[in-house]
Amino acid sequence: MSALRFRVGLTRQSIRTRISLRGTLPVCSQARHVKTPAYDGHIPLNWAENAFMAVGSAVMSLLDPRRGDMIAALGETTAGNSLYKLREQMLESPEGRRILKERPRVNTDTVDMTKLAQLPEGTFGRTYVQWLERCGVTPDTREPVHYIDDPELAYVIQRYRECHDFYHALCNLPVNVESELALKWFEFVHFGLPMAGLGAVFGPLRLDATKRARLFREYVPWALRCGASAKPLIAVYWEERWEMNVADMKRELGMWDPPEAIWSKKLSEAKKAKLRKEQANASTTPEA
Amino acid sequence: MIPKRLGLCARVLSRPRSSLLSRTFATQPEKPSTATETTHFGFRDVPRSEKESLVKEVFSSVASKYDVMNDAMSMGVHRLWKDEFVSSLKPGSVKVGKVTRCIDVAGGTGDIALRILDYAREKKADRDITVDLVDINPDMLKEGQKRFRKTMYHGSPQVAFHVGNAQDLGKDRFPDNTYDIYTIAFGIRNCTDIPAVLSEAYRVLKPGGVFACLEFSKVTQPVLASLYEQYSFSVIPLLGTILAGDRASYQYLVESIRKFPSQQEFARMIANAGFEVGELEDGGAWRDQWGGIASIHTGVKLA
Repeated sequence: MSALRFRVGLTRQSIRTRISLRGTLPVCSQARHVKTPAYDGHIPLNWAENAFMAVGSAVMSLLDPRRGDMIAALGETTAGNSLYKLREQMLESPEGRRILKERPRVNTDTVDMTKLAQLPEGTFGRTYVQWLERCGVTPDTREPVHYIDDPELAYVIQRYRECHDFYHALCNLPVNVESELALKWFEFVHFGLPMAGLGAVFGPLRLDATKRARLFREYVPWALRCGASAKPLIAVYWEERWEMNVADMKRELGMWDPPEAIWSKKLSEAKKAKLRKEQANASTTPEA
Repeated sequence: MIPKRLGLCARVLSRPRSSLLSRTFATQPEKPSTATETTHFGFRDVPRSEKESLVKEVFSSVASKYDVMNDAMSMGVHRLWKDEFVSSLKPGSVKVGKVTRCIDVAGGTGDIALRILDYAREKKADRDITVDLVDINPDMLKEGQKRFRKTMYHGSPQVAFHVGNAQDLGKDRFPDNTYDIYTIAFGIRNCTDIPAVLSEAYRVLKPGGVFACLEFSKVTQPVLASLYEQYSFSVIPLLGTILAGDRASYQYLVESIRKFPSQQEFARMIANAGFEVGELEDGGAWRDQWGGIASIHTGVKLA
């Protein structure tokens, strides 16, 4: 099948790339192009650079958690073999194979927000849009993948990143630190990504004692149980399920709601992104 | 005054100014006639007319973290180079009331300007020396002004900030034969037309004035060169990504270092602009710092 052939072809390519890496770097090369980029935005790293980036991004993420690019980089440089497992999960079901073949992306250009907002109450699409609105966030602010060499695995981690908001919407969790940490615990148990584990372990250090106690008393048990019992979420084609009822979906996927969360003020992320987009459009239309 | 300045470049070559000899020693500089000619922007080729704005973008992007990044990338060593650069110039005069006029081009965040003023004050008790800090990028100048607000020179007539292009400073604001010292540190490799910068430097300097340039250069020792290469292309762009969230600017930085002429070639370009330089070897027309990672080129404008 095309998906299988596609997958084998890419594996061959990645093997070839790894073999070419085995040579030593030229002494005074004009350009350090030992590996050519495999996709747009790909920055090939050797093992030492990868380690350096992992440590550097870990430190920077702790120092400044608003550096989304550093958190993304940490995820990519520490992914290791976990992405292979996730891809296997996707290949096991027809839905997952469809995702790998079609490679859907989640942003305001690919997802029709107005259409989703008109769906009946209780549907997944409607819930998602309502959640975005309530939190003041947008799916457009996800950093693209840079440090994964295999383009298909790069897509897998991109998909994981972009679907994170769906888990928020499904579990009805806001975007404050405790809820993010609850989801990180969930993701660590469910996806097995080392980065989720790092976030889950080090993230609570930034919380005060009461919040931390609440996290470990109520959310972590939920995350551990729900994460273990849920069906592979990476293989769920969310875009085919906008009209599905949320309660039915949760039953099908083996998930249930965490304890009620405390919702804080809306973030300004969505408003800022919208403004930037409008400015970009305004500057390009005269030339169009 | 003039003998003192000549003393700086101890072994001045009294080269006959015959055009034949100059042409023999001259490099072949790029002499584009149209804006469609390309030049290098790091390892990329870009239209000549675009390089200036691309460089401006790079420096606007790095301005706020410029000093932090310099410290991180060179592990603080750039401070040693700059200290050496300024002390070798010995700016200032012990004669009270004598005004030494300095111009620091591509001075941006003010590292050199501040060192000049401090050296004159501390070593020569000179508070009459002035520095005109010129930079093409207003964001870098803003950082420089911010730094100077933390010093005693803020509000004093000793420092002035100007937006200007090193290739064409402008005769109205920077008349001929005005300055005693012209410095440019880690700036000239970003300029599109280096000979133009050098002739502007020649123009604004007084007879007897000193031209001094601190710039990254070629490392000749093979082991050091290899290590430096690895470090430049592996560590520096990653440091840029981690500390500043900007890989592209630091990739440009390391590529532009590779594209800059060698010590000999650059010394010849300085000589071609009319300056007297020392012997074309390390210790003469230039002084290598740390094996050639950086190099200090000097020249004197004779009458």
